[in-house]
Amino acid sequence: MALLQISEPNQAPDPHARRIAIGIDLGTTHSLVASVRSGVAECLPDEQGRVLLPSVVRYVDADKREIGFAAVAAQISDPANTIASVKRLMGRGLADIANAASLPYHLAAKGGMVSIQTAFGEKSPVEVSAEILATLRYRAEDTFDDDIFGAVITVPAYFDDAQRQATKDAASLAGLNVLRLINEPTAAAIAYGLDNAAEGLYAIYDLGGGTFDISILRLNKGVFEVIATGGDSALGGDDYDHAVAEFFKDAVSTFEARKIKEKLTTEDAVQVGDQTITRAQFVEITKPLTDRTLAAVKKALRDAKLKPVDIDGTVMVGGSTRMPHIQAVVGEFFGKPPLTNLNPDEVVALGAAIQANQLAGNKTGTDADDMLLLDVIPLSLGIETMGGLVERIVPRNQTIPTAMAQDFTTYQDGQTALALHVVQGERDLVVDCRSLARFELRGIPPMAAGAAKIRVTFTVDADGLLSVSAVEQNSGVEARINVKPSYGLTDEQIATMLKDSFGTAAQDMAARALAEARLEADRMVIAVQSALGSDRDLLDAKEQTQIDELVAACTASKSLEDAKAIETVTAELAKATEAFAAARMNAGIARALAGKNIENI
Amino acid sequence: MNLTDSDFVLFGLPEQFAQDVAALEAKWKALQREAHPDKFAAQGATAQRLAMQWSVRINEAYQRLKDPLKRAAYLCELRGSPINAENNTAMPAAFLMQQIEWREAADDATSDGQIETLLAEVSASKQNLLAQCGRALDEENSSKAIYDKASSLVRNLMFIEKFESELEDRL
Repeated sequence: MALLQISEPNQAPDPHARRIAIGIDLGTTHSLVASVRSGVAECLPDEQGRVLLPSVVRYVDADKREIGFAAVAAQISDPANTIASVKRLMGRGLADIANAASLPYHLAAKGGMVSIQTAFGEKSPVEVSAEILATLRYRAEDTFDDDIFGAVITVPAYFDDAQRQATKDAASLAGLNVLRLINEPTAAAIAYGLDNAAEGLYAIYDLGGGTFDISILRLNKGVFEVIATGGDSALGGDDYDHAVAEFFKDAVSTFEARKIKEKLTTEDAVQVGDQTITRAQFVEITKPLTDRTLAAVKKALRDAKLKPVDIDGTVMVGGSTRMPHIQAVVGEFFGKPPLTNLNPDEVVALGAAIQANQLAGNKTGTDADDMLLLDVIPLSLGIETMGGLVERIVPRNQTIPTAMAQDFTTYQDGQTALALHVVQGERDLVVDCRSLARFELRGIPPMAAGAAKIRVTFTVDADGLLSVSAVEQNSGVEARINVKPSYGLTDEQIATMLKDSFGTAAQDMAARALAEARLEADRMVIAVQSALGSDRDLLDAKEQTQIDELVAACTASKSLEDAKAIETVTAELAKATEAFAAARMNAGIARALAGKNIENI
Repeated sequence: MNLTDSDFVLFGLPEQFAQDVAALEAKWKALQREAHPDKFAAQGATAQRLAMQWSVRINEAYQRLKDPLKRAAYLCELRGSPINAENNTAMPAAFLMQQIEWREAADDATSDGQIETLLAEVSASKQNLLAQCGRALDEENSSKAIYDKASSLVRNLMFIEKFESELEDRL
């Protein structure tokens, strides 16, 4: 029997404690923001009632930027300063950009990463994406006239670590508290699954503007379990546009080509000048692209050890799935018509909003409160070994969070350092995989060659992001790790960008630090109050008093004007509740086991 | 409950090879419902870190328990006959002969049909050895000698499984 929870008057949960949580679909061509209001997820429109924000940023001059529709209009007149489809450049080096020459921007390499020369100086794709995210953040803040507690940002399931990290960096730069990065097809599955009370095996076919994902999920009693995922992070509607432009021998811009493609959804032929393209011709010239999506679908099914007939439903996501021949091909492959009873542009943002609402701790009284996401890592992680070969450490499609350890040894007497190269991908040769980072382990105690046993642990968190730690097993010495991300930004670079974005106005920085400290104190107090609400009985009287006092002190500290002082009190509360958090976790696990045992009797 | 408890203790299951796959999966999800970091997203960094540790541990145990070969290897280790694949490469002659025959058949195969036939044979052999291994591990009057035998079967099975996945990759 559950005990009734009665909180003391001074600890009554704040009725205004509902936290504003948003989901953002940061798309190649369009981006959206959604939030759960009165238990229902909905996309937030701009002042003109439009929910889609074109993912286009124009740097007019050092003082002026245009984002969204205003920038789209300048794509033809000012192409060099108007950045579209920046998502394709995220977490990439200059050499990775296949069509760099055909892009209208001045690209450069900066510290391994690609950067764009604009009228406002050199911009990294992370900064350009941050402009889009900040625009959506302001839209949400204006809608609710309140601060945003946190955001879930979606990424293509097939994004590698560098691309994910770049997305998270962009969100931080935009001043967003990232609750989670989630995979776009998974977000779509949440929105679709909860709405339709779907159970069984589902394939999410997500063809966006610049990326393709396929995810196979098992939906069962509120658990969204990804079994396998696959895709191509450089294949999308943009490529169909290019095919049309090529068909017209580049007599049309890609912008016009997109319009022609969209017309072919409803019309059988489109005429440009004295040349005509029929839908059949369009289907024919884009067949290699469509076949690439099907190849990825087959591979994902094989990884899941399933056949097309095993799939109960196929959910179509992404604006590019509006093309009739895509729907026909997918329907034919799975032997049943795909599910198209949802808005393919909005479903990802809606799913992200539902997840954000849950992560923020808001209750809706619906099935969404109890849902559980079990996602996977899309690409294997490995390290370089002798001869440029890859030793696989974390295999693809492993449920995250996950950690895998591997032991290494020294090959010279007295060796105190070890260099590791971490790569991501399925190929056997390092050169065919993606370089993520080079690590140097230092401080290994000097020993005879082969005597040291260095256990390197690769941890992939719930965002799908990798971290590495290393311990020499004999001595227990923790090796220091110097990370040199191959394509990402260092923490220092982000700090500099943050500082730059506020110019030299020191008071802005201070105001921001104060606001963040207050928000963090708020988060901590709410978290502890909610924990006390459900598990106060795990503490003895003395512990309860101590924590209650610290909660009161933390609440009071919010009225201070000193960010450091607020942070100190918040840190004290965090430290004092560590043991409590551990005890709650143990109680939860014990509960899960006990519950199961009773069912078994 | 402790992070260092065995996978079987963590999942509340008897320490044996024979397992009900559906029950295992249900328990995995029940445990993740309690421990997944998503359940603690609004509860501060400490709770996040703890949840992450538990969630990783639960996933690790599930990976090992649901895969029959990994489960067998784990049981061998728990019972004092670790696999030690790197240091223990001795293989029975008959097993080596069969490996050579299979590899030759794979090299000669030119059609999907031939590979499928070979794959069926390899998979059947794997199932047979797994069943033997499972019986040895779950035997009531077991001994060190029997566990050592199970451990040696696991080593052979690791070769077969690798070969099996190579064949699957060719289809």
